[in-house]
Amino acid sequence: MNEFVYLWRRPQRPPQTPQQMQEWMQKYQAWFQQMEATGHLAQYGEPLEPKAGRVVRDGAGSCSDGPYAETKDVVMGFSIITAANLDEAVALTKSHPIFDEGGVIEIRPILKL
Amino acid sequence: MKPDNALFRREAARLLATLTRTFGIDNLALAEDIVQETLAGAFEAWSYKGVPDHYAAQLTTAAKNRALDVFRKERTARKFAPEIRRFVQSEWTLRPGIDARFLPDALKDDELRMMFTCCHPRLHEDVQVALVLHLLCALGVDEIASAFLVSSAAVEKRLFRGKKALAESKHLFELTAEDFAPRLSAVHRALYLLFSEGYHGASSEAVVRIDLCREAMRLSRLLVTHAPAATPATFALAALMSLNAARLPGRIGDDGILRPLFMQDRSRWDEELVAHGMDLLAQSASGDQITELHIEAGIAAQHASASSAAETNWAEIVRLYDVLMKIRPSPVVALNRAIAIAESQGPERGLAAIERIEQVERLAAYPFYPAAIAELELRLGRPLVAQTHFRAAKALARNDMERRFLEQRLDACTITRT
Repeated sequence: MNEFVYLWRRPQRPPQTPQQMQEWMQKYQAWFQQMEATGHLAQYGEPLEPKAGRVVRDGAGSCSDGPYAETKDVVMGFSIITAANLDEAVALTKSHPIFDEGGVIEIRPILKL
Repeated sequence: MKPDNALFRREAARLLATLTRTFGIDNLALAEDIVQETLAGAFEAWSYKGVPDHYAAQLTTAAKNRALDVFRKERTARKFAPEIRRFVQSEWTLRPGIDARFLPDALKDDELRMMFTCCHPRLHEDVQVALVLHLLCALGVDEIASAFLVSSAAVEKRLFRGKKALAESKHLFELTAEDFAPRLSAVHRALYLLFSEGYHGASSEAVVRIDLCREAMRLSRLLVTHAPAATPATFALAALMSLNAARLPGRIGDDGILRPLFMQDRSRWDEELVAHGMDLLAQSASGDQITELHIEAGIAAQHASASSAAETNWAEIVRLYDVLMKIRPSPVVALNRAIAIAESQGPERGLAAIERIEQVERLAAYPFYPAAIAELELRLGRPLVAQTHFRAAKALARNDMERRFLEQRLDACTITRT
């Protein structure tokens, strides 16, 4: 089995009500629980603050406001999933709620150096 | 509205049960700290502004936030049980995990879980009761000490021993566990002791005692409303408490002196509690097992439904004591049976029954043993003999209330003589 980093990317959301937040949370949890139950969840990983951050440009500390001035998607978090290969890793994302929000999932195999 | 003690106690107990489940029983001390901090913070804010309407929700939110802080700070440093480590390791799961643990239904179950956990079979009954009082009724060491007339050091020792055993048990008792039934009878016994301590106990402070009774009733109500715990015996226990508590207002006269059942002003009894108790007793009458709790509740019901001591169905009470002697014989039960015999068949028969009590040495420190003999001797027109026994009883009195009552009875002997 191999490990894959899933980068959860989606457009900035308009402000959400607590109710909406909770509904999204439940949908995401359902997917995580499915991964855990089938032995695919290596690490939950962490959600990331979507509205603040820095992109550091050089060793002198010059930066631009992050997260991503240059992309329309925000990486809203990461998780680590176990799968046999990239094909299975892709298959596992079927029915993930992020697609309903116009988001995408970037899957990157962890490189064994 | 000013924050008052009872309110804070109730909330402290509720939060402690949930926080203990959230952090694991092995982190009980941490949960206790969080409860303290949460309440201290709220108390300070509310002593200016008054207690808000949704105080319970506010306390819950505050406790949740403190729990989140602690987990974020300590999730790597502190060892948590595996099922807890799992949900606290990521921000994806931390907040939802805590939210789920603080839902109203979960809160209620946590108190029950805590109650069953405190009644661990490895713990002595004294320790179980001390834990219940401390963790579920949020009584302080000194309050427990004064309720049981033991030193604060002794209570501290009991709690220390109890908490250590709980921490070592690693897990809270699950309400679905296989050994639920035996644990339920341990819970019954602890609540029964708690109630009796309030009702008959040694503390002379009426307030303390009524508090103990009230807490025992609150916890037994929790059992009644939780299906697996709501067995016929649970209903019988709740009925027994209700019917006895109904008589509390009559037990102490305006002069502050104890009034035995025979001399109580029955108009002071709490009709609502009597009705409630009768209702619970009716609900206890299912299944095929008669427990000692059923019998005791039956006796209390006979008293509660009689308009005077004279009109009480003493023959039925004697019959009930006969059954109780078969299920759970004890010298105290035998003594009460003898008193009922005296009422239904005359004082000679009563005295004869007292003489036949087995293991009477176990009553050596019990003031109401010589007092019962004295009452019957007095009725038989032997005030001098009665006086000797009342004196012996007075020497055994455990508090002022008992002492003053027995003094009054001693006076009655002299009045009879002249």
